Order: sequence, then structure tokens, then C-alpha cells
Amino acid sequence: MKLPDLTELAVRNLRESLLRNSLTTIGISVGVASLVAMLSLGIGLQQLASRRLMKSGLFDTVVVTSRRDLRNFDRQEERSGPTPGESQVLDEAKRQQIERLPNVLEAYPDIRFINELRFEDKPHLTMISALPESAKSNDAFDSMQGRFFSSDTAPEVILQKTFAEELLGKRPQPGVDETNVAQLAAQLLGKELTMRYAQRAAASATPEPKPSASSNPDAGSSEDEGVPGASYSVVSRELELKIVGVADLDPESMRGPTRARVFLPLKLAESLHVMQPTDLRELSHAAGDQPVYSSVSVRVKNPSHVQPVEDAIKKMGFNTFSILDASRSIQQFFKVLDVFLGIFGSLALAVAFIGIVNTLVMAILERRREIGIMKAIGASDSDVKKLFFAEAGAMGILGGIVGVALGWAIGQVINLGTNVYLKSQSFPPEHFWAVPWWLVAFAILFSFLVSLAAGLYPAGRAARLDPVQALRYE
Amino acid sequence: MAIGERTQSGAPAIRVEQLCRHYRMGEALIRAVDGVDLTIPTGEFVALLGASGSGKSSVLNLIAGLDRPTSGNVIVQEKNLAKLSREELARYRLHTVGMVFQSFNLIPNMTLAENVELPMRFAEVERGKRDTLAREALSRVGLQNRVNHRPSELSGGEQQRAALARALINRPQLLLADEPTGNLDSRTGTEIMDMIREFNQQLGMTVVMVTHERALAERYAQRMIFLADGKLVSDETNSAVVAVASEGERQ
Repeated sequence: MKLPDLTELAVRNLRESLLRNSLTTIGISVGVASLVAMLSLGIGLQQLASRRLMKSGLFDTVVVTSRRDLRNFDRQEERSGPTPGESQVLDEAKRQQIERLPNVLEAYPDIRFINELRFEDKPHLTMISALPESAKSNDAFDSMQGRFFSSDTAPEVILQKTFAEELLGKRPQPGVDETNVAQLAAQLLGKELTMRYAQRAAASATPEPKPSASSNPDAGSSEDEGVPGASYSVVSRELELKIVGVADLDPESMRGPTRARVFLPLKLAESLHVMQPTDLRELSHAAGDQPVYSSVSVRVKNPSHVQPVEDAIKKMGFNTFSILDASRSIQQFFKVLDVFLGIFGSLALAVAFIGIVNTLVMAILERRREIGIMKAIGASDSDVKKLFFAEAGAMGILGGIVGVALGWAIGQVINLGTNVYLKSQSFPPEHFWAVPWWLVAFAILFSFLVSLAAGLYPAGRAARLDPVQALRYE
Repeated sequence: MAIGERTQSGAPAIRVEQLCRHYRMGEALIRAVDGVDLTIPTGEFVALLGASGSGKSSVLNLIAGLDRPTSGNVIVQEKNLAKLSREELARYRLHTVGMVFQSFNLIPNMTLAENVELPMRFAEVERGKRDTLAREALSRVGLQNRVNHRPSELSGGEQQRAALARALINRPQLLLADEPTGNLDSRTGTEIMDMIREFNQQLGMTVVMVTHERALAERYAQRMIFLADGKLVSDETNSAVVAVASEGERQ
């Protein structure tokens, strides 16, 4: 029998015992829905976690420091690195060398300094940090009011919400609902901030020394790369900065007390040559024509490249730091979670499987005579078998489609409910439910295959039915 | 002349040799068919007669390819059914045999047209042709106005006519009828029997009919074969019918 005929007969037969077949199909739907719901929860949570972690820049970032910076001396994760004596100076040449390593997207210096900003003639002291253009994708800026920097050298700033509140004289009160960022932004966007800073200008020989904006290798270690006797002058400068964005979340939440609340474009910050107290320590060797950095952040293409890049940088004689191991165990956790959720989801489908077997075995008993007639008028064993398979398959596909829709709906309801709760607890809404297309296709296919498998025994039994006995059956 | 053999007017359509069908029922061995030899020429109208349990239906089922012999051969058109695979047997039932039953055996949830169409589905006849052929077959048995009715909406006679239309839809050479008038009143039964005789005479189909009504057999069958306890006990030519039939042929 041809497929269109099979399908037609199967659908006709399913319609004949409408109630029983509907109930069986609903059983499959519930099974598929629970599988889809469980897996989409797992996938959604995993996506949420990796989105957060990836965007936080922790998992594709290697932080490189020079061992000569004694402030880092006791950090445990660096004990395995080179000793201070062997370590290299982390200067521009080394930064470029690191940037040329395979799978490295960018290596940018970590520039941060404490400075005064004037807004409407009131001074405000804060930590300022520089952001590379790639920081645009950091999810701290997803819900930002305003926009990201127009260019890497634009005299523009992005404020963190708490600093914006400070500028407007609002004090965050504990227990009270969060201040609306949009309101803050409305009052601040487009306004100017004045930054007064001390620029470190080269004294004579080197025309444009780009000094590090932050700390530098410890002066106590005996080094000879520096040019002894180098000197520089300090010039007072003023810069007008336009407020272009107010960020709700804190892009530097992981940094603890040293986190910045005002952000400048990286190239602009580099060109300012802001004088820092630590500059004094650089005297001995920083006056060469290359800036020296206390730390460089290296972004790699994806987390799997962290380890090789870290190894390569260590070979160059620097300390490195990444949270690779943490990410590895988190990914492992989600794999295990997916498997468990999948198993729980499949349990309902297993019950549905038994439902299909039951329905079809009942159908054989009920349609025994019909099977006998069909055989008497020329149906072959395989015709009968295919017919039962088609019925099982049709229930499977139908149940799969309804189940996916049901699972999706359950997900939406739970997502909505959770977000209402999150909102009531003053948390931003989250999307922790994901039904990717492959899951939709997989669920329907899986439902179809499970149904066919369930049809295996009944179809075989129907095909083997002895026509003489079947015709005698009343 | 031995029982079961006769002078043949045509090539044998069916040859049954030492046919046995035994089965076990608990400890007992039931010999439903026990060593039957039979030759039926093409175009003959044969009645199998006997009391209940005489084995007449079992012989019919074996000729229909619905059952397999325990031993012996059923040779139809040079094919030994005992040696065919299940698939080959199904094809034989589909193309060579048309069957009608005492209880009509139409599929209750299908309309008459769909019932008649069903064998064509199995035979993979083109979709476009099927409906026309089914309607033609139904109007041939006078059911052109009942095409979209379900069996339960019809009288017994109408159902048996539809079953006849279905049996003939794939143009088989054999028409096997198991008590075709058993559930019908005598007037309707006569109608059906007239129709079967018409197919036998006009289309040249070989007809084997199982019945326990001697009168019916005497009226329609050219030959009457009597069975008892699975054995062939008598094989008679119905000279009256044969004479009428040859008269018809001459005309």
C-alpha cells in the first residue's frame, strides 16, 4: 500500500475511536511537553549562566601581570609562575607580542585611576577605568540608558548608576525600591563633566612617552631595562567629557573595592597620560619610549582557548590568571543537569509509550475482524503492519506537535511567573527558558520514533493474525 | 471413474491433491480436511455441500489461500499455494481470488465506495481511476444510489451485493462464496445467486460455493461435491444446470 493511502486509512481509523486515540495522543503530548519543558529549562539556565559569565568577560579573559609587581606577590594562583627576578616587564612590545598569539582577540592594558570629576561645579572623587570597544557586548550595558562610546577616542563617559545618583545628590536608601535609571539618565545624558588631572609629560629626549596610567613594576627589584636618570614634568590639564550612557548594572561587579564607577574609552584614557602616585616608582626604568603596564587583559576567541593561551603567556615569563576551571565545572554541572532533566522528562514519555502500546493492542482486539477481512481481500502482512505503524506514527507526530506547543506554553507561563516574582523582589527580568529549533525538531522526531517503537509489537501481532480465526471472531 | 475426477470441459482452474488440514484442540487431533482430491475446470460453478463440521469451509479457505494445508497441494493456475510465501499468498488473494461471506464482511466504518476501493488500495491501483472503477462496480450490482452509504444503513441483500462488487473489483478468475445466502431471505438470496450465476456465465469465472442448502446447489451449481468428516463422499454433475448452461453457451 502506498503512503498516502496508509496515512488516509490511519487517520480514518484514529478518528473512529476518537476518544481513546485522543486520550493516547494527549498522553504522548504530556510526555513530550514534560521532556521539552525539562530540557528547555536546562538549556535556558545553561544559556543564562554562560551568557552572564561570558559577557562578564571572565571566561574568555586571561589577566596577565608581571611578576615584578610585588603587590601581587602573595596571590595564590600565581605561586606557580616565574619568580620576580625572572619576570619580564609588561610593556607595549610585550602586549603586542601577546596580541599576536594564536586565538587571541585582543590584549588591552588595564588602565584605572582615581580622579576628581566636576559636575555643576561640585567635585566628585571616583575610580575611573578604561573600556575597550569590545566591552560593548558586556551585558552590563544591555540595559544601559543612552549609548556606548561613539568611538575609542571620543571624549565621552559612561556612568555607573551609583555615581549618577551621587552626581544628582541622591543617596540610595536601603529597603527602598531602586531608583529608576531612566529618570537618572534623563537628567544626565548629554551633560558635561569636567575632569581635572595631572598629565605626565615627557621631559625632553623621548617625544611621546606613553606612561602607564596605573602602577608599574616594583622599584625595589634590581632591574636594568630602565634608563637611569629619566625624568618627566607634570602638567595640569582639564578635559570636558560628555555623558553618553548610564549603566544600570555594574560591569565591574567582580572587581570588588577597586571597581570603577566611571568609564572612558580605552584609547582616550591611554592618550591622557594621567599622573598616578605609582608613577614615582617607575622612575628608574619607565622613561624608555615604551609604556609599561601593571596588567593586561587578554581576550581569547572562546573559553577553550584559555588554557593554551595562558600556557603561551606563562612561557613568555608572565603571570596569568583565569577562571577556566570554574567554567569547566559549571559546564559539567549543566551537562549533568541536562541529562537528569532529560531523564525526568522522558519518564512521562515512557508512560505515554505504554499508553500507545495499550491503545494499539486494544485496537487489534477491536479490529480483529477488520484485519481478517483486509487479509481475505488481499492485504499482505506488511500492509497490515504498515497500517498499524502509520497509526502509531500519526499519533506520535500529532502528540509531538501538541506536546512541543504545550511544553513551550508551560515554559512561557513559568518564565512569566518567575519574572513577576523577580520584579516584585526588585531583580531585573531574566530569560531562563529556551526552546531552540533543534529541540522542537528533536522532540517531534523523538515522539515519532518512540511511537513507532511502541507500535512495533502491536503491528507485528496484527500482521501475524490468522485470517481464518480473525474472520470467525465476532 | 474415481470420486472427485470428471471429464473436463476446460483446463483445470483448481487442482487439489491429497489435501489435509489437521489441527490440535487440547489433546484431540481434529481432521478438518482429510485427503481430498479434486479438480475444478475453468469456468465451472461448483457447490461444496455437507453438514456443519464436514470440512467444506476449510476446503474453501485452503483454496482461498487464507489457510495452509497440513499436507497435500492446492494448485491454482499452476501455482502450488502450499509452497507460496505469506506475501505471495497475499498477492494471490488480491489478484486471483474474490471472496464473499455469509456475514458480508464489509468494513463497517467505510462507505460502500470505500469498501469496494479497498482491494484497489492494496493493489496500488492509481488513485484517479479508483473512484470511477468503484462506482462502476457498484452500479453493476444496482447500488449506484448507495455509494456513500455505510453498510449499517443497508439491507442484507444490498450489503451482499456490495460485497460481490468488492470481490470482483480486481478482476479475479475465482469467485469463492461461503454460504452467500445464509443470512438472507429466500427472495434476496435468489437475487444474489442470480448475480453470481451471471458472473459465472458472462465473465467465465470459476465459482466455488459452500452451502448446506441442497436445493440452492441443485438450482445453480453445475456440479455438487459432498463432504463428510473432512472427506469427499460424492461428486455429482447437476445435469439440469449443465444442460441449461450449455444451452446458454450455444445461444
